[in-house]
Amino acid sequence: MTNLLEVKNLEVSFKTFGGEVQAVRNVSFHVDKGEIVAIVGESGSGKSVTVQTIMGLIPTPPGKVKNGEILFQNKDLLKLSKREMQKIKGSKISMVFQDPMTSLNPTMRIGKQIEEGLIVHQKLSKTEARRRAVEMIRLVGIPNAEERYNQYPHEFSGGMRQRAMIAIALSCNPELLIADEPTTALDVTIQAQVLDLMKDLKEKTNTAIILITHDLGVVAETAERVIVMYAGMMVESGRVNELFENPRHPYTWGLMESIPDTNAAHKSRLVPIEGSPPDLFSPPKGCPFAPRCKYAMEICLSEMPPAFEIGEGHHSRCWLNDPRAPKVENEVAAGREKQ
Amino acid sequence: MYIVKRVLTMFLTLWVIITLTFVIMKCIPGDPFASDADVLPKEVLQNMRAKYNLDKPLPVQYVLYMKNLATFDMGPSIKSETRSVNSIIADGIPASSRLGLQALVIALFFGLLLGIVAALNHNKPLDFAAMLFAIIGISIPSFILAPLLIKYFAVNWHLLPVASWGTWQHTVLPSIALAASPLAVIARFMRSSMLEVMNQNYIKTANAKGLSTMQLVIKHGIRNAILPVITFIGPLFVVLITGTFVIEKIFAIPGLGKYFVDSIFNRDYPVIMGTTIFFSTILVFTLFLIDISYRLIDPRIKLTSGGN
Ligand SMILES: Nc1ncnc2c1ncn2[C@@H]1O[C@H](COP(=O)(O)OP(=O)(O)OP(=O)(O)O)[C@@H](O)[C@H]1O
Ligand SMILES: [Mg+2]
Repeated sequence: MTNLLEVKNLEVSFKTFGGEVQAVRNVSFHVDKGEIVAIVGESGSGKSVTVQTIMGLIPTPPGKVKNGEILFQNKDLLKLSKREMQKIKGSKISMVFQDPMTSLNPTMRIGKQIEEGLIVHQKLSKTEARRRAVEMIRLVGIPNAEERYNQYPHEFSGGMRQRAMIAIALSCNPELLIADEPTTALDVTIQAQVLDLMKDLKEKTNTAIILITHDLGVVAETAERVIVMYAGMMVESGRVNELFENPRHPYTWGLMESIPDTNAAHKSRLVPIEGSPPDLFSPPKGCPFAPRCKYAMEICLSEMPPAFEIGEGHHSRCWLNDPRAPKVENEVAAGREKQ
Repeated sequence: MYIVKRVLTMFLTLWVIITLTFVIMKCIPGDPFASDADVLPKEVLQNMRAKYNLDKPLPVQYVLYMKNLATFDMGPSIKSETRSVNSIIADGIPASSRLGLQALVIALFFGLLLGIVAALNHNKPLDFAAMLFAIIGISIPSFILAPLLIKYFAVNWHLLPVASWGTWQHTVLPSIALAASPLAVIARFMRSSMLEVMNQNYIKTANAKGLSTMQLVIKHGIRNAILPVITFIGPLFVVLITGTFVIEKIFAIPGLGKYFVDSIFNRDYPVIMGTTIFFSTILVFTLFLIDISYRLIDPRIKLTSGGN
């Protein structure tokens, strides 16, 4: 049937003193109801900009959406007025940010911060909103909810703040939750707890989730589909199982090389691939990854690869997938078979 | 506990101020009867000195003064013999405090407003206009602004009365003249504070909740941006108090400032002491209140902790 969210040919850039940063280039993907889609990629690859554009949080200026559509329940969010967008933000789509230490208002009680959305969107009375806020605090696994309701962010630990952020985000039962590196700033043990909480709540409420992460282990454990971004572009995307079994882009191979074996995946993190991402002021004409790619061919430098369809819903922007290209052994797969 | 400690330091501060003022005042050359020295016979002068204890050694004078002060008696004025210092202060308070409070309210209200408007229109014409206004406000001293205001609003355009005191119309120009420069400073302060706050992550969180711009600015922006500005109210208060001396002179307002300035020229020791003690008490108490209110607004600072 119809998708919950469909992003089509999204292009976002920022005007800076140095020139125009093309942060997101021609990104298209969709999210189904109740599905978890992960976005992975190096720092600066445009993950945050992509999702913040969906939420209308890109500061304009300097930011500008140059092209594209963001269809949410078949309405183009980019065409909505500020007011119409305010009705969707926090009620139908909500967001959890990367840094729980700075993402809560330091001078407002936690309970009040959870209530705000309920009062604005669901027009709850003060007492109803309060009851629901306490319920949300309990739901995200914070003990002594009544007491915690009256506390300020500085009285919460990092993990609890992120739980509070999740409570804020889920208070109005959104259809889509965007989590931008929700666990990066947390301790490893807390990371697992917060992820479990999100998965758990997703099961209960059937909220779709876009999960941005640096951690392929997290992707393997939680997501159903994954989008690999590089230099503002989607270089590979597909179902998690299929993409991890049969990755078809050298950048994805690079990301996966750090994973010794799939069972211990959650212990590994992304290790840097040699070289650095291209200059987004004037991205190269050809494949953005070509300068760092061991398998780069002549055509890679001069012509942008199209999105080759590998399998159902599995796409890769790499010339190696062209029938005329030489067969390159997939190192990751090969390495794994040897073990 | 914190409050007790704070009150004790408050009194200690006042005591230091009183003592220092006493010592420094006595160091100014000359005495209250310098102008009478040629006219009056020696014996009369001696008697008058004795009446005000001026013939005793300095430490004795100090102890006597502090004893009286403990009973809130600040003695008689030397120049206007019929009046006590207490009554002089009581007479001056209404005009001075009205002028000071009006200026404070004007400076705070319009300063904050200007700063917020400028920040929300960052790098747009309104921002530039507000900041140009602020720079002018800061760079023109009140003793130049006051005559200019008088010239245009009172003399040329006959919009408001000038000089003396009485109706509220009389208070408008002096209040504006006094408020102008603190207003400008507050505006600049609030603007930069607001700009910083609106860039914080928690504003993005609030925005992602779907709040309107109004709610965003009022509930999440201003409350956090105003914190550093509150600390600034202390120094602002000093500016207002000292500013009133100049403004009261220019507008011929029967306030405390006039007595304060005159008493220094006349070496009217009890009045110098009285007015200084009065002003410093107000100042120290204001700082105390600001400290407390800061702790009420910012939950991260606790009243129980020793504070830092
Ligand atoms: N407000 C802005 N002004 C100018 N450039 C920006 C702005 N916001 C983002 N960019 C640029 O857009 C590009 C993509 O940034 P983005 O934050 O989306 O990266 P990311 O993939 O989320 O990285 P990370 O993993 O570090 O969060 C970067 O090159 C960044 O410099
Ligand atoms: Mg990011």
